Amino acid sequence: MNAETMPVAAGSEPTAVDYAVYHSQAIFTAEQENIFRGQTWCYLGLEAELANSGDFRSTHVGNTPVVVTRATDGTIHAWVNRCAHKGATVCRSLRGNQADGAFVCVYHQWAYDATGALVGVPFRRGLKGVGGYSKEFNMAEHSLERLRVETFGGLVFGTFNPTIAPLDDFLGPVMRKYIQRVFQRPVKVLGYARQFMAGNWKLYSENSRDSYHGGLLHLFYPTFGIYRQSQESAGLVSDEGYHTVFTVSKPKGDVDYGSFGDEANREMQGEAKLQDERLLAFRPEIADDVGLHIQSIFPSVVVQQIQNTLATRQIVPHGTDKTELVWTYFGYADDDDETTRHRLRNLNLVGPSGLISMEDGEAVELCQQGTIGAEGKRSFVEMGGDDVRPSYAPMGMDENSVRGFWKGYLGLMGNALADLAAEGRA
Amino acid sequence: MSVAAEVAQVAQSAIDDFNAAYGLCLDDDRLEQWPTLFVDDCLYQVIARENVDNGLPAAVMYCDSKGMLADRVVALRKANVFPEHFNRHLIGRAVITGAEGNQVSAEASYVVFQTRNDGETRIYNAGKYVDWFDLSGGTVRLKSRTCIYDTLRIATLLATPI
Ligand code: FES
Ligand SMILES: [Fe+2]
Repeated sequence: MNAETMPVAAGSEPTAVDYAVYHSQAIFTAEQENIFRGQTWCYLGLEAELANSGDFRSTHVGNTPVVVTRATDGTIHAWVNRCAHKGATVCRSLRGNQADGAFVCVYHQWAYDATGALVGVPFRRGLKGVGGYSKEFNMAEHSLERLRVETFGGLVFGTFNPTIAPLDDFLGPVMRKYIQRVFQRPVKVLGYARQFMAGNWKLYSENSRDSYHGGLLHLFYPTFGIYRQSQESAGLVSDEGYHTVFTVSKPKGDVDYGSFGDEANREMQGEAKLQDERLLAFRPEIADDVGLHIQSIFPSVVVQQIQNTLATRQIVPHGTDKTELVWTYFGYADDDDETTRHRLRNLNLVGPSGLISMEDGEAVELCQQGTIGAEGKRSFVEMGGDDVRPSYAPMGMDENSVRGFWKGYLGLMGNALADLAAEGRA
Repeated sequence: MSVAAEVAQVAQSAIDDFNAAYGLCLDDDRLEQWPTLFVDDCLYQVIARENVDNGLPAAVMYCDSKGMLADRVVALRKANVFPEHFNRHLIGRAVITGAEGNQVSAEASYVVFQTRNDGETRIYNAGKYVDWFDLSGGTVRLKSRTCIYDTLRIATLLATPI
C-alpha cells in the first residue's frame, strides 16, 4: 500500500492523527480485533525462556492473556489462558516448568497438556452413575484456544490469524537481518523489569520510532558532554511502514569511546563529568561499530542493543490509558561473569530507571494527559516530510518511522475508525 | 557470647538509626548527601524480586562505586525528566543476619509512598533492603545495599533512589 491509496480513517492520516485514538474505548476494542488478533504476528517471548521441555511463560497478545510453552517433544506452543469450561485463568504463574505437561485449572480441575489440548475432566461420567457429561461430550472439542507459533532468531511469535503469511514474510528481509544482528549467537536471560504507564500503547510505539526526541528529551548525553554529533546513523522502514530499525555507529576511525567522550566534552562544553565512566563503556562485540540499535516490530515489541545492553521490550496494552512495558534483558550464553557485570553497569542506561530512557515513560503519560478532551484535534507529524520512505537518516531529525507506524496502523484498522466515527462512538 | 555476636548486638541500634536517617535523607531531597552514606567501594542495586527469586542478576539500578551513585544524582538534578513527586520511606526494624570483622549484614522491610502533583499518595514501591554495613571508625556506612522490590510493576519510571 502506498501513501496515495492509504485509507484515511476518521480524519486521521499518518501526518495527523486524531487524539481520540489514545482515549476511545471503542477504538481500543477494535484494535484488539484488527491488530492484535488480526493480520499480525505478536511477540510472545524468547526461546531462551523456554530452554527445557515443560518450561512456560505467561504473556499477552494485545490484552489477551496467553501462555507460551515448550512441550515434551521440544515444540513451542501458545494458547489463550482461559479455561474451556468456565473461562477461568488456567496458568496462574508468570513462568515455571510443568514437568508432567499438565496445566490444571484449579476451579474444576480440567487438565490440559502443553499444547493446550484437554486431557482430563474430573467426574466426566459422573459419580456412581449420577451426573457427568453426555456421551457426545468430546474432549477434543474443548481444548484451549491455540495460536499459530513461529520463531525467528530466538524470538517467539504467535498469531490468531489462520491465513497470515509466515513470520519470515511478516518480518521481511531487512527486519530479519537486523534481528539476526542482535541474536547472532545464543542468548541467556539476565532478568526482567516491568514498567506501567498511564498512557496508550500507541504513544509508546510512536516513542520507540521517534528519533527526533532522542537528544531533546533525553539530556543525559549532552549534560555529561558526551553528545555525539559526528556519528553515523541509519534508519530503515519495512514495506508496510510499520516495522522500523535505526542504528547509530561510532564515528569512523574512533575506536575508543573514552577518548571520544573527552573530545566531545571540550566541543560541547558539558557542565558535568562522569565520575565513573564504566557505566558508558562500550565493548563492540558484533562485527560492526553500531552502539545503538533500536528495532520496533509492529505491533508489540522493540528489540534493542544500546552499548552492551541487549533487551526486548514487550508492549502490553491493558486499557486505553494502561500500558505495561516488559523489559527482558539478556546477554550471550557464553558471557563470563565479568562480561555480565559490564552489562549490568550498562543497564543503568536503559529500562524504567534508565539514565537515557526513563523519560519515555513520562513522555507517554504527558501525551495521554494532554490529549484528554481533545477528540477531533490532531497531532502534527511532519518533521522530515509528509511521506513514508524506506530509508532515512534519523539523526537528521525525521519522523519518517512514526508516519510509518500510522500508515501500517491505519491500513490494518481499515474502515474500523471511520465506522466507529460514523456511529458516534469514537 | 562470641565477638561477632557482640558486634551484632551493638550494631542493632546503630543500623536502625542509620536506616531512619537514610530514608529522611532521600525524602527530604538531600540527594547529594546520599552517596556519602556509602563506602567508596560500594554496591547499590534496585532489583525486582522476580529476578532474585529466579537467580537472575539484572537490576534497574546497578552502581558498583560511590562515583556511580554521584553520577546518578547529577543526572537526576541536571538531565533526567520525571514526574514531580515526594517520596516517603517507612523502614522497619533491621534484622541482623551476620557479622564479619567490622562488617554486619542486615535486612529490613521498606515501603516507599509517592505523592505526585495530583496530591494522591500511592504505594510506590515495597520491598526489603539486603545490606552489608561497614562499622569501622565508629561510623555506619553501607558497603552494599540491595533493594529487592515486590512491586514488580513500576509506576511510570523509577528515578530517585529507594
Ligand atoms: S473453570 Fe476451569 S475447570 Fe471449571
Ligand atoms: Fe526515548
